[in-house]
Amino acid sequence: MIDLVTRSALELRDLVAAGEVSAVDVATAHLERIHATDERVGAFLRTLDDEALAHAADIDRRRAAGEDLGMLAGVPLAVKDLLCTRGVETTAGSRILADYRPPYDATAVIHAREADAVIIGKTNMDEFAMGSSCENSAFFPTRNPWDLGRVPGGSSGGSAAAVAAFQAPLALGTDTGGSIRQPASLCGLVGVKPTYGLVSRYGLIAFASSLDQIGPFARTVVDAAELLTVIARPDPRDSTSIPKPPPNLLAGLDDGADGLRVGVVAEFFGDGLEAGVRTRVTEAVERLAGLGADVVEVSLPHAPYGLPAYYLIAPSECSSNLARYDGVRYGLREEGATSAAMMAATRGAGFGTEVKRRLMIGTYALSAGYYDAYYAQAQRVRTLIARDFDAVFANCDVIVGPTAPTAAFPLGAKTDDPLAMYLNDIYSVPASLAGIPAMNLPVGLDDDGLPVGLQLMAPMLDEPVMLRVARALEAAVGFATTPRGPEALEAPAAA
Amino acid sequence: MTDTPRAAPAEEAWEAVIGLEVHVELATATKMFCGCSTDFGGAPNTRTCPVCLGQPGTLPVTNRGAVESAIRLGLALGCDIAPSSQFHRKNYFYPDMPKNYQISQYDVPICRGGALEVSTDTGTTTVGITRVHMEEDTGKSLHIGATGRLHGAEYSLVDYNRAGIPLLEIVSEPDIRSAEEAAAYVAELRAIVLALGISDAKLEEGSMRCDANVSIRPRGSGAYGTRAEVKNLNSLRSLRRAVAYEIERQVTHLEDGGEVVQETRHWDEDGGRTYTLRTKETTEDYRYFPDPDLVPIEPDPAWIEEIRASLPELPAVTRARLMEVHGLSREQVAVLAGAGLVAVLEEAVEAGAEAGEATNWLTNEVVAWAGERDADPARALAGVHLAELLALVADGTLSKKLAREVLTDVLEGGGTPREVVAERGLEQLSDEAELAAVCDQVIADNAEAAEEVRQGNAKAIGALVGGVMRATQGKANPQLANKLLRERLAAE
Repeated sequence: MIDLVTRSALELRDLVAAGEVSAVDVATAHLERIHATDERVGAFLRTLDDEALAHAADIDRRRAAGEDLGMLAGVPLAVKDLLCTRGVETTAGSRILADYRPPYDATAVIHAREADAVIIGKTNMDEFAMGSSCENSAFFPTRNPWDLGRVPGGSSGGSAAAVAAFQAPLALGTDTGGSIRQPASLCGLVGVKPTYGLVSRYGLIAFASSLDQIGPFARTVVDAAELLTVIARPDPRDSTSIPKPPPNLLAGLDDGADGLRVGVVAEFFGDGLEAGVRTRVTEAVERLAGLGADVVEVSLPHAPYGLPAYYLIAPSECSSNLARYDGVRYGLREEGATSAAMMAATRGAGFGTEVKRRLMIGTYALSAGYYDAYYAQAQRVRTLIARDFDAVFANCDVIVGPTAPTAAFPLGAKTDDPLAMYLNDIYSVPASLAGIPAMNLPVGLDDDGLPVGLQLMAPMLDEPVMLRVARALEAAVGFATTPRGPEALEAPAAA
Repeated sequence: MTDTPRAAPAEEAWEAVIGLEVHVELATATKMFCGCSTDFGGAPNTRTCPVCLGQPGTLPVTNRGAVESAIRLGLALGCDIAPSSQFHRKNYFYPDMPKNYQISQYDVPICRGGALEVSTDTGTTTVGITRVHMEEDTGKSLHIGATGRLHGAEYSLVDYNRAGIPLLEIVSEPDIRSAEEAAAYVAELRAIVLALGISDAKLEEGSMRCDANVSIRPRGSGAYGTRAEVKNLNSLRSLRRAVAYEIERQVTHLEDGGEVVQETRHWDEDGGRTYTLRTKETTEDYRYFPDPDLVPIEPDPAWIEEIRASLPELPAVTRARLMEVHGLSREQVAVLAGAGLVAVLEEAVEAGAEAGEATNWLTNEVVAWAGERDADPARALAGVHLAELLALVADGTLSKKLAREVLTDVLEGGGTPREVVAERGLEQLSDEAELAAVCDQVIADNAEAAEEVRQGNAKAIGALVGGVMRATQGKANPQLANKLLRERLAAE
């Protein structure tokens, strides 16, 4: 069964389509892999064995009957627990939604299921997507399959760990300030944050609405492009969804990097960048030049202000988005003598420390008398950052830099220091603030044997060029997602 | 008729400054940001969906029909339509608000800067319109317990059917100077809303709601005094009484050496007074910010022009026309307009009815009938049917008394006037030969009365006419019966 779990999504789809293996076999292999390894990884909050096997059996039946199958037919998919799944607990990693069963499916989930991807489970995450280590889950931390003593990154740490641990070839995550790219970097995966508005947010439990985007995790660029193709569609239920057909992400994928202009962001190589990361990223940039790309240094002068702007805008939006968790209609309710006391008790008991911290910051930033100094000022910075990107993209096809300043760090290393934790996002938030597409491509291991990721960024809706450069570099680097070999996780934990 | 008379000296020394905030519930088929029905009165929480219940992950999508209604009203009030306006979130916790924020418009509303001409007995004044903006309604809480209010309730139930119903808020400039003007402003605004067909605008049922900002200042002063906001004004009468009371209260307070504090006050209809609901110290900071789930509203200029071209005649124009063309009085026009019967009158006139006569029937019989039954008379009576009824009276088929009965049947859904007359056999008996025979019989049966008439007592003929009416179950043409009786008694 190990054979099936190491296959790419495309290989699995082709095997199922050709009838060489059944979709049930594929689902079974992955579910068995999860049951054998997840006690130690902690990627999943729940698996959906019955639903997955029923869907797989239906795919096999339809294939036998000669019916058309979706473009991901039989490929197991892990889904971050921030995406609503009808009738299935969707917790956002929070105690306040521990028993919450949505009455509807997220649009991205509907598209994935219609493409016949087999949803095998819901993955762990930092509570309400607030965190960079997956340690803010209300339930348990997720561990990095490359080193179980280290974090997988966050907030989509469960989705990243599941793909890195060969529990699923594909996963859906969400990225607000780096929540796909940073865990992809720490787990040695391809992770894509699409252009804001390319994928519908309907059914994505909101953290910061103007930044949240759903995107794919995969072990190869092509797999990621396939999953993104499935979910990138206009949606009348999301007013911020781009109302025109998405770009073709697959057509030019193998066209190479020759002749493209690649900008290297000077501001992303300053203090705080780990030496091992710097080395691997610099090597990757040199490889791009070797592939025929015209590599130039570029500047995003306002990028250093991205992090403080982000940590005002995102908490401000979340202070409003999370107001609905009050115990009145769904989720946790703690009793109180009055409705106000009930709401306060519910929120006091239901939210974790980091969520409360951001609710307080955001409430403060939006308050009368502080709005202009904080929220409005942060929005002005956001505009300046977007202009920086516009200026750079006038001369570059894509720009690159490190995704995260460090490789995976030990569990507990930053839990007592929120600012140190926030610094994980320093290179990822500028693209989020500008709304442009960005992704992580694994480009090697540091001296501790931990993955290092390169971030690629492109102009709005220029995912095809970004993925094409990533695909070319992926082939040149030859990175293999083999965290101590897939079998290692099945062995008892080393003492 | 002022409910709370003011002392004359105070009235001369002080001037009231009043601004009104009016909310109108729009009659769109679906809610402001989701596809739920806006029909009134479903079982609690049946007109809801994940979006208007604020379920995690759901997103609002702006109802184009509500935007069109806002533009219609804005154009009718002479406002500028913003080329780009925006929704904000108004954040506060309350159980009947599913998201604990209300989607509303804040510093960039869709309409700005209009005006409304308002007439009272003392003259005509122009009230500026500051803005018209869109927002969503909240649900309704029902507090179970002895008090029936939030404080002291054992538990509360919430019905979210109303949550997300589209509202327009119309904010006036502080240009209103009396309780009468305030009521006239709201009445005129209501007439416009009804003419535009964007809401049923019922103050009593809450589909139109009004808050009044009241302050006073020394007459002649250009500065504004501290204002109090008065809520719970559920009729024009409440509005008039509450504003008059509040002016009086503030005048008395200031003349006694006190200060008016900025606060929200509740109008107690039964007690005829306002009382403090909350003061400025306890008002909330709503932390408004642009709703990141929604995109700016940027109506196509061609669409705005299409809407402008489709606007109906506005009430003020209609009123002037009725007075000028049909010679109706201001009062008659006011009653017709207030009852929504202008279109019925015009249809009746079109179908041949005389305007004055038709107006009399509408403003007396029809309005009285509608008042008794709390019904919409315009739905019960077509103008062509009123014209038909009047023609039946004119040609002698119906007496006025019978015509009233027929009208009632028509209003109750009994068919056209001719159908009712035919069905009930109500044609007036005007056949001279047939009626002469009845008269002869009545004279024979009432010899005493007949003799009195012969002796010259003209009044005694009344009893004989009554006998003819009884004998014909009221169908006899009374003028004809009178004539025939006189002929007979004179001849003998």
